[in-house]
Amino acid sequence: MTDQETASALDPPPDVVARLERMKARDVILRVEGLDKQFTGRGRGVKALDGIRFQTHRREFLCIVGPSGCGKSTLIRILAGLEAASGGVALLDGVPITGPGRERGMVFQGYTLFPWLTVKRNVMFGLEMTGTGRSEAARQAGEWLDLIGLSAFAEAYPHQLSGGMKQRVAIARALINQPRILLMDEPFAALDAQTRARMQAYLLDIWKKIDVTVIFITHDLDEAIYLADRILVLSPHPGRVQEMIEVPLARPRSPAQVQSAAFRATKARLESLIHAPTSSAAEEEPYPAMPLMANVLDTVE
Amino acid sequence: MPSVRSAAFGWGLSGGAARPRMARPNWLRIRGPLPLGTRRMLGLCSFLLPLLVWAIVSYVPFIWHPNMLVTNPGDVDYFQVGMSVDRATFASEVTSALQAKQAPPQGVPANPLYLPSPGAVASAFIAAFTSSAGNAEGGWMLASLWKSIQVIFWGFLISSLIGVPLGILAGANTAVSHLVEPIVEFFRYLPAPAFGALAVAVLGIYDGPKIAIIVIGTLFQQILIVANTTRKVEFGLVEAALTLGCRNGRLLSKVIVPAILPDLYRDQRVLLGWAWTYLIVAELVGATSGISLFITQQARHQHFAAVFAGIAVIGIVGLGTDLLLGRLGRRLFPWDRSAAL
Ligand SMILES: Nc1ncnc2c1ncn2[C@@H]1O[C@H](COP(=O)(O)OP(=O)(O)O)[C@@H](O)[C@H]1O
Ligand SMILES: [Mg+2]
Repeated sequence: MTDQETASALDPPPDVVARLERMKARDVILRVEGLDKQFTGRGRGVKALDGIRFQTHRREFLCIVGPSGCGKSTLIRILAGLEAASGGVALLDGVPITGPGRERGMVFQGYTLFPWLTVKRNVMFGLEMTGTGRSEAARQAGEWLDLIGLSAFAEAYPHQLSGGMKQRVAIARALINQPRILLMDEPFAALDAQTRARMQAYLLDIWKKIDVTVIFITHDLDEAIYLADRILVLSPHPGRVQEMIEVPLARPRSPAQVQSAAFRATKARLESLIHAPTSSAAEEEPYPAMPLMANVLDTVE
Repeated sequence: MPSVRSAAFGWGLSGGAARPRMARPNWLRIRGPLPLGTRRMLGLCSFLLPLLVWAIVSYVPFIWHPNMLVTNPGDVDYFQVGMSVDRATFASEVTSALQAKQAPPQGVPANPLYLPSPGAVASAFIAAFTSSAGNAEGGWMLASLWKSIQVIFWGFLISSLIGVPLGILAGANTAVSHLVEPIVEFFRYLPAPAFGALAVAVLGIYDGPKIAIIVIGTLFQQILIVANTTRKVEFGLVEAALTLGCRNGRLLSKVIVPAILPDLYRDQRVLLGWAWTYLIVAELVGATSGISLFITQQARHQHFAAVFAGIAVIGIVGLGTDLLLGRLGRRLFPWDRSAAL
């Protein structure tokens, strides 16, 4: 693929341009301005985030990618209000985020379902915490269980579910509160490839149907391209915004698009950003040469 | 020729046909699984083996038996029927009687008085429950035991009413933890019996000081153990609840408490066991009562079989309660997988 072809494949087709224009015409829901995070450990501190600045529009699907340790989790935890920023602000609908709140739902990589509650009671949890009556909460939870196809497991306990099922319950539990924004930190990283593919399609399906903005962290570039409207690329040490990329793929997305030129060009672009020589080649640990510990005549290659 | 020395580093799977590894359970494997029948059998053996040793020592005359039980004093004037003397004395009396052409004493090998046989303890056990020696209500042991159980119950209840909430608060909140735990750590090292005289002075000689000793013995450990259990709650659950709009008091009652319940229940079982171990000391404070009264009385009359029966009863009641609570726990916490031992 020549540079020219890559460039043309990265140019979004007209329908994608129109959709992105529509998206940008919607109001800005989250504005992050110069967010810093300094961890003060014993001895030396770690600067995890440095001047993060971006914004998302209502109903956008934004993916955040970056090498391991670049501060993705720290960023999303600040947005969730679970961690305090050292500097800068994040504004949701113009209001600074100061702590956790039900208008920001979160799905964690570890499932964090409440093991003592049945699946249905887990989904009801958010509503019950915010004063909705038991019967109304149960009714809505029932609807959500229908939506995620787990009605049959309403009375099961989390430990009886598979990983994919647990994560579906976690998504329903977050969305039943009707959050403005859904924060997801590598939610499918622990799932096997098939389950993950199904969960991605299923997440897009839900996102399409309800009025929610998704911020989705992943280190899987394919996943990011498949899901996102735009992709925020972070660079490590300290975490900085490297680039905001618009995904030139039409919706609805289908697994077949992975083969398209636009997909491959986007992935090549992301890879060049993430593995750019600037991104701390010096900090990569060299791995030591390993002595041969097998019969030299017994070759496997 | 390249060296083949490295072949020695092979991972040990070279040669030999594959042997069926898992055919028989290997008893020596770390955390290796065992079939239920085997586990039950081992549980039974855990009691039967010591019992077997005890029975052998008691009933096989040539094992140990350092004394002779006099069955016929002969002409030895200070011997009486039923008297227990050590073998050396007995043998020297026999030889001196024979030399003096007197009737030698006769006897059978016997263990010291303080080691009664299993059979003697069993019959003392039954007798203690059926006879009403010194007590109008019948079943002296039963009445004593009931008294002891009441002391344990009130002591443990009072301790739990203070210790569990305080422990949970200390585990959940750093300020409470730093305010409470240092002084508790201090008190934890003070032996509960040291407070005996003080407890009697304050609370009189009846049940009050006994209950107080149980409380003092249990409470401080309880606060620290419950606080530790609470600290072990997976923080991700708390964070998830926070993002779902759960706050402060609700966080405690709807997340932390349910999250620790199975472990708290296990802690309480262990602590109840400790409360039992304080029982005897507690009952000796003030006017001796309960199972301790039974045991000390029997010991004073050298009825060691009954003493053993009294001690065994404590073990049986304690173990029985624990088994019952364990079974109940599996019912109460169906989501708790570590309970399925
Ligand atoms: N609680 C913490 N205390 C100290 N350093 C932390 C803490 N959490 C994260 N870090 C550091 O901040 C950096 C970013 O971490 P993280 O946000 O988890 O990265 P990512 O999710 O992108 O892998 C890492 O260098 C990590 O070591
Ligand atoms: Mg992370």
